[in-house]
Amino acid sequence: MKTRTVKRGESGSHRRPARLWQLRLYVAGQTPKSLTAFSNLKKICEDHLKGRYRIEVLDLLEQPQLSKGDQILAIPTLVRKLPQPVRKIIGDLSNTERVLVGLDLRPAD
Amino acid sequence: MRINGPKPASAAARLPKCPTGIQGLDEITSGGLPRGRPTLVCGGTGCGKTLLAVEFLVRGAKQFGEPGVFMSFEETFAELKSNVASLGFDLGGLVRRKKIVLDHVYIERSEITETGEYDLEGLFVRLNHAIDSIGARRVVLDTLEALFAGLPNEAILRAELRRLFRWLKDKGVTAVITAERGREQLTRHGLEEYVSDCVILLDHRVNEQIATRHLRVVKYRGALHGTNEFPFLIGEEGLSVLPITSLGLNHKVSSVRISTGIPRLDAMLGGRGFFHGSSILLTGTPGTGKTSVAAHFAQAAARRGERALFFSFEESPNQIIRNMRSIGLRLEPLVQGGLLRFHAARPTLCGLEMHLATMFREIAAFQPAVVIVDPITSLLTAGTDSETKGMVTRLIDFLKGGQVTSFFTSLTHGGHALQQSEIAMSSLMDSWLLLQDFEGNGERNRVLYVLKARGMAHSNQVREFLISNRGIDLVDAYIGPSGVLTGASRVAQTARERAEALGSQQEAGRRKRELERKRAALERQIGGLRSEHEASAEELRRIDEQAGTQMRLLTRERTELGRLRQADGAVAASARGNTKPKSKR
Repeated sequence: MKTRTVKRGESGSHRRPARLWQLRLYVAGQTPKSLTAFSNLKKICEDHLKGRYRIEVLDLLEQPQLSKGDQILAIPTLVRKLPQPVRKIIGDLSNTERVLVGLDLRPAD
Repeated sequence: MRINGPKPASAAARLPKCPTGIQGLDEITSGGLPRGRPTLVCGGTGCGKTLLAVEFLVRGAKQFGEPGVFMSFEETFAELKSNVASLGFDLGGLVRRKKIVLDHVYIERSEITETGEYDLEGLFVRLNHAIDSIGARRVVLDTLEALFAGLPNEAILRAELRRLFRWLKDKGVTAVITAERGREQLTRHGLEEYVSDCVILLDHRVNEQIATRHLRVVKYRGALHGTNEFPFLIGEEGLSVLPITSLGLNHKVSSVRISTGIPRLDAMLGGRGFFHGSSILLTGTPGTGKTSVAAHFAQAAARRGERALFFSFEESPNQIIRNMRSIGLRLEPLVQGGLLRFHAARPTLCGLEMHLATMFREIAAFQPAVVIVDPITSLLTAGTDSETKGMVTRLIDFLKGGQVTSFFTSLTHGGHALQQSEIAMSSLMDSWLLLQDFEGNGERNRVLYVLKARGMAHSNQVREFLISNRGIDLVDAYIGPSGVLTGASRVAQTARERAEALGSQQEAGRRKRELERKRAALERQIGGLRSEHEASAEELRRIDEQAGTQMRLLTRERTELGRLRQADGAVAASARGNTKPKSKR
């Protein structure tokens, strides 16, 4: 998997531009877990954050120095850079409920 | 001073070792940690795990040209740097020169949500990147167990740790992994099951209010290692594990003899003093002059041009100098001349290990030929029996290894029974002198014996030990029918003997004179008798004379009478025929 920036949401046409969600997904090569995580993330974002999110996929195999910055240990790790505070979600994001709680999209029960 | 030489070649041939450079540790492990394999260092809080790990890296980078990666799960770079700066490790400089990479891994569980399958590839990538960036040969993972607190899924974590250790081995780096001591197992989270090559256990125990750190190599696959618990200390130059050299008993020996500074004592020791590089114990009750003997020894060394180091645990250097001046020893010039150095410290200042470390450091810095410890017993109170014996053993081994003559004084309490600790200690000593008090006749006197002196013919005699303003002298004690006499009673006894001798001399003179007088008297008597005899003879003669005269007179009278009475009278007289002479008259 290449490092790429996936932009979604046709920026500008939005009601709450201040609430742009900046998400980073750290992976290490195209492992099944990484692919699962990416597709899960995309789905969750489309469902809940349509038009106001941005996903950055960072492959540590290509840019290992990046792991230090966000204190990445586990792969895959999803980091919510914005809105503050920073949140980290590890795992393949298959547990949608927990991802939503982790991203603060839904208050924990 | 690094006493440790390079590791034995034979051990290195069996299993490649990675020298830690930590004083003593390479001796215990006969060469260092297993090269290219992970080593687990476990211990409770404050044991020095992190320091050991840092020193492993720093020494690796500085002494062995092996760059290292320090991955810290607890302390930040700044914290770590300031923590080890006190040990003289310049982590910042090493990092700038790309000898060491510090990576602080920060995990906060509250920030992490787990949402499914994951692995720790991020950690691997990170470590791999750090290793490759400087070509590291050594890796430290300081408390991997922080992961257990930071990551929710223990099953994944364990699997990943297993993979991590295998990965480290494949990477060929020598790794030190620290872990907290667990209650029932070596580590809290059972990390020892992943690290099978070498496990080192650190321990910090308080015994009688004195804390001592211990190190034990629990396991070292495929290599000989000391299995004992060794005390170690954290000094100003990092860790030092003791013993320094005491795994063997193969010191070089010297047959050079050195003077004790007291001629008569040299004479008692086969005439030439102690062996160079031997250990000497001087025990004595309080006030018997132990320090004075030690000072003589130090002075003698300095006069030979050798350096002497005097550890004093009771008196300050100035006090010793002043006191020794009173017995005629001038130590100041020797101190000024740099041949004699004092190091005074209160025994209670710190624990045994710190004392030992200080002593090692002083000895290493001054490189003396003679070391005096006055008194060693003060130190013994700073630890338990077994510890102190171990310490003295190490100290003696260290000194013997460096061919340093060591002189220990030891304070004993009164009485003749030797203390247990002394007996234990004495077996380590080559020579043992004993100073003792003799009390009696209202005074106390000192005597000195040589209890043992390995390898030399020594005197079995008791000598009286005198301290005067000209120094120490040994005098033959009086040994006579009434026992051993010292001091005034020795003097008194000598005087008595002299008086007796004089008396008998006088007696003889007197008797001689008396006899002479008697003889003269007899002589006189003989003279008297002789004159008496002569007088008697005279008397006798006179008597004879008188008798003759009387007879003549009588005859004459008779003749006269006859003449007067007629002629017949004349006839009668002529008939007797003896009247003629008278008639002539």
